[in-house]
Amino acid sequence: MTERANGIPNIYKHKNEVEDYVIEVKNLKKYYPVSSGLFAKVKANVKAVDDVSFNIKRGTTMGLVGESGCGKTTIGKTILKLTDKTEGKIFFEGIDIHELNRKELRKIRPKIQIIFQDPYSSLSPRMPVGEIIGEAVRDNKLISADKYDDYISQIMLDCGLQVYHKERYPHEFSGGQRQRICIARALALNPDFIVCDEPVSALDVSIQAQIINLLKELQDKYNLTYLFISHDLSVVEYISDTVGVMYLGNLVEYSDKETIFSNPLHPYTKALFSAIPVSDPEIKTERIILEGSIPSPANPPSGCKFHTRCNYCMDICKVEIPEMVEVENGHMTACHLYHKKQT
Amino acid sequence: MKVLGKEDTNQEKKNVNYLTAKEVRRISRENRKTTDEFEKTRERKNVSVDEYTTIMKNNDNLMEVENLHTYFFTDIGIVKSVSGVTFDVPKGKTVGIVGESGCGKSVTSLSIMQLVQRPQGQIVEGQIRFDFDEYIYDLAKIPNEKMQQIRGNEISMIFQEPMTSLNPVFRIGLQVDEVIELHNHGMSKEKIKNRTIEMLDMVGIANSEGVYKMFPHELSGGMRQRVMIAMALSCDPKLIIADEPTTALDVTIQAQIMDLLRNLKNKINSSIMLITHDLGVIAEMADFVVVMYAGKVIEKGTAKEIFHNPLHPYTVGLMASRPKIGGLKAGKLYSIPGSVPNPVDMPDYCYFKDRCNRSMKKCNGAYPPEIYVSDTHMVACYHYLDSEEEKHD
Repeated sequence: MTERANGIPNIYKHKNEVEDYVIEVKNLKKYYPVSSGLFAKVKANVKAVDDVSFNIKRGTTMGLVGESGCGKTTIGKTILKLTDKTEGKIFFEGIDIHELNRKELRKIRPKIQIIFQDPYSSLSPRMPVGEIIGEAVRDNKLISADKYDDYISQIMLDCGLQVYHKERYPHEFSGGQRQRICIARALALNPDFIVCDEPVSALDVSIQAQIINLLKELQDKYNLTYLFISHDLSVVEYISDTVGVMYLGNLVEYSDKETIFSNPLHPYTKALFSAIPVSDPEIKTERIILEGSIPSPANPPSGCKFHTRCNYCMDICKVEIPEMVEVENGHMTACHLYHKKQT
Repeated sequence: MKVLGKEDTNQEKKNVNYLTAKEVRRISRENRKTTDEFEKTRERKNVSVDEYTTIMKNNDNLMEVENLHTYFFTDIGIVKSVSGVTFDVPKGKTVGIVGESGCGKSVTSLSIMQLVQRPQGQIVEGQIRFDFDEYIYDLAKIPNEKMQQIRGNEISMIFQEPMTSLNPVFRIGLQVDEVIELHNHGMSKEKIKNRTIEMLDMVGIANSEGVYKMFPHELSGGMRQRVMIAMALSCDPKLIIADEPTTALDVTIQAQIMDLLRNLKNKINSSIMLITHDLGVIAEMADFVVVMYAGKVIEKGTAKEIFHNPLHPYTVGLMASRPKIGGLKAGKLYSIPGSVPNPVDMPDYCYFKDRCNRSMKKCNGAYPPEIYVSDTHMVACYHYLDSEEEKHD
């Protein structure tokens, strides 16, 4: 880390002494302005991410779940600085990446990588696989020219591809193998942190298991840290160490995996978990069915954003925005139900 | 529409490299000959009713699919998307069809609806017997004009993508009206509108009068799927084919839609044929399960039999490769190695043998026969052949 941090001014550094956090997100906000009229007057803001904070420890996986449109992907993109933030801070290994200039950012970039959802559209159809994986390696001068070929072969073998695949083009591969190429491309830069944005949802069930196993193997081998974004709760439960549940731009519950799955607190989390189909025809779960659909993020409900669909809605929920409170050790939730018990 | 399936086209590309232009021309000439013959029999005028009238094997069944073969005649060879599929849909029950993409689930449903892309796609063999109360027809041989009356009235379909199945430039009301108008000639405009609003109410759209005037883009995914369901149910069909109805939706919305389908099925007393790759959805909804692999049924039975006592190594693998909430977390997730064989050039032994962890000597022989372990539970695997001595080698 020290080599890489060379040349980066010290003022941006912020080192947490207690825990070895790879990613620290503090009060992150990302608004997309909706403008209309002749002079593009800003009419409203779509609050894609609204005041979200979390940390990810080195070598662990954080799962981020929620319905589509709740801001999961926006968080992933903002961490990579693929989009600019509106407010808040993001620290990668103690460095605020949104404060860096282009040159400094270039040094950091190889360490943060992303794997996208759709392996069909995220690979250039005109590049052979070896080039797709190696382009960024050469560009960042990570490896000397004489070792380059062996290095790429090794990465491909690690990801379950064959060396002779190097000369082939993406269209010659199946979905699962394409996703392996995407993983190899991210891994070739020797990253510390990978954002996995729904990496298995476009794949078949039997192929999903192969990719999940590969991600786990690589994590053990290279001590990687993942942010695993998915709407598939059973996959998230399998791969994650900590889980964050999002609703309409807010993190509503955050805890380690065991606690959140055995004892979900927030009404939305409860409903979400009860909606998972169980593959046993004998077990009939008591299902909490949420009424209606997710409100528009451009015009979110007042107070707690979930109150329009919540079964436990109280008067206070309609007025006051609930704050994140720690209910038990490390188990945080933003719900008025648990505020009362605290005071 | 997913007629040829993405996977099929991929596989084709792979093979194109190994075929010369001359060979491709030869194959396409031969294909033309065969498909022309099929088309000729299809396009005949004045087909007598006797030709497609049959009898059901079991009167409790609404539909019996027997030995169905649907092939696609492509320039690189014949793709046997469905080869020898047999299953029954009993009256008032839900039959779930599971399998990975490219295994022929969608082509089976399109064959039933007679929506297979012609002339390349043809039902080559087999019967689809459907009980219309007064008469029983074989849908595989029925002429087009007759089929048009059946589609929508007796069998209707809910597609996977509610976004692409609705026309973006017409209002919701108009699109549902059109369906009702087409199938009920001579109904007055007012009655049609009332019926549409009634249907929208039935599928749980609260503001049905408002939605009637809306465009598809104003609705969320779940609402659009409800509109699709309203459309499918508007003529009280006997059979609803739901092709991955919840795949494009979020879990909470998926729960709503599944709940809705279950309630509606009881209300209008029809059968559902549910196609999905999600075993969880099948377990919740289906009474009978059909597991398909590479165009063949490899296992079928009641939901209880399939989920509590899966027999075929593929079914077992499929269940094990799915992480379970609250299941055992230790160790690796089971994964089936390799991928589905090339559909153009299927092996002559068991299609699953190359990926199977329990394959034995006998598996190199012909494709395994259908073995019934109970009255309803069928499996196509040599491991369950009765005689003991065969098991030993």
